Amino acid sequence: MRQLIISLLSGGLFGAGLAISGMMDPKRVRGFLDIRGDWDPTLAFVMGGAILVMAAAWLLQKRLLKPVFASAFYLPDKQLIDRKLIGGAVLFGIGWGLAGLCPGPAFGALLVEPLSAALFLGGMLAGMALHRAIRM
Amino acid sequence: MTLPEFPDAMPLEGFVGGILIGLAAALMLLGSGRIAGISGIAARAFSLSKSNLPVSAAWIFLIGLLLGAFLIHTFVAPVHSTFPRSTALLAAGGLIVGFGTRMGGGCTSGHGVCGMSRLSPRSLFATTAFIASGMITVALTNMFGWGW
Repeated sequence: MRQLIISLLSGGLFGAGLAISGMMDPKRVRGFLDIRGDWDPTLAFVMGGAILVMAAAWLLQKRLLKPVFASAFYLPDKQLIDRKLIGGAVLFGIGWGLAGLCPGPAFGALLVEPLSAALFLGGMLAGMALHRAIRM
Repeated sequence: MTLPEFPDAMPLEGFVGGILIGLAAALMLLGSGRIAGISGIAARAFSLSKSNLPVSAAWIFLIGLLLGAFLIHTFVAPVHSTFPRSTALLAAGGLIVGFGTRMGGGCTSGHGVCGMSRLSPRSLFATTAFIASGMITVALTNMFGWGW
């Protein structure tokens, strides 16, 4: 139950942050990627703010034996930079550049552009299912 | 607040929103011991990945995200959003994002926010790669007249 409350609050803060920051606007996100055009640096400020807070959270995490409301940390421990990581990130960037959307803003945008956001999300879930089916 | 060189940018709103996103991820990390990576949470909600995050917690996170965005949109500042008109572009973009984020193990939140702040070499590499490929994609689409 406490974990569900954490999920709800964390999701709520995340959605609020996306809405305030302008990141639910695909055109603005594309503007950040458009360095040869009218560059829009807003996304860099969003990343900066988020990374600042999370860097402090990681320092705190090192001093905790376990999370406050769970029995253990479940964190990625992979170190290897392999073809899957590079290929996956490059593909993600292509889709991000084409549509101006990544997963978080796509969910949030269901509020303001439900049909377009649902179309993107439908494609996204199909892509995830395809990846699972071919086990790459 | 605006930046003289970039009249359309929203540095202050961006930074404040970023702090909220950081707090969201910090709460997930310190409260539940997990990474707030949206591609992973989305895959989990639709049972498209194995993870020890309960499917119910994944759904509640996504519902919370919508709720948080709704509250800001309704009571603080309306969200302005310009989408591409092409349905093919949206569907294809989604497909590639879905496949790529599963293959690369994360997106802007997991690698970009959580991993970069942890100085994870994999995340630093992935974030550099997806920003670079995003920039190249935008430049190429504009060059061929498919920009929007």
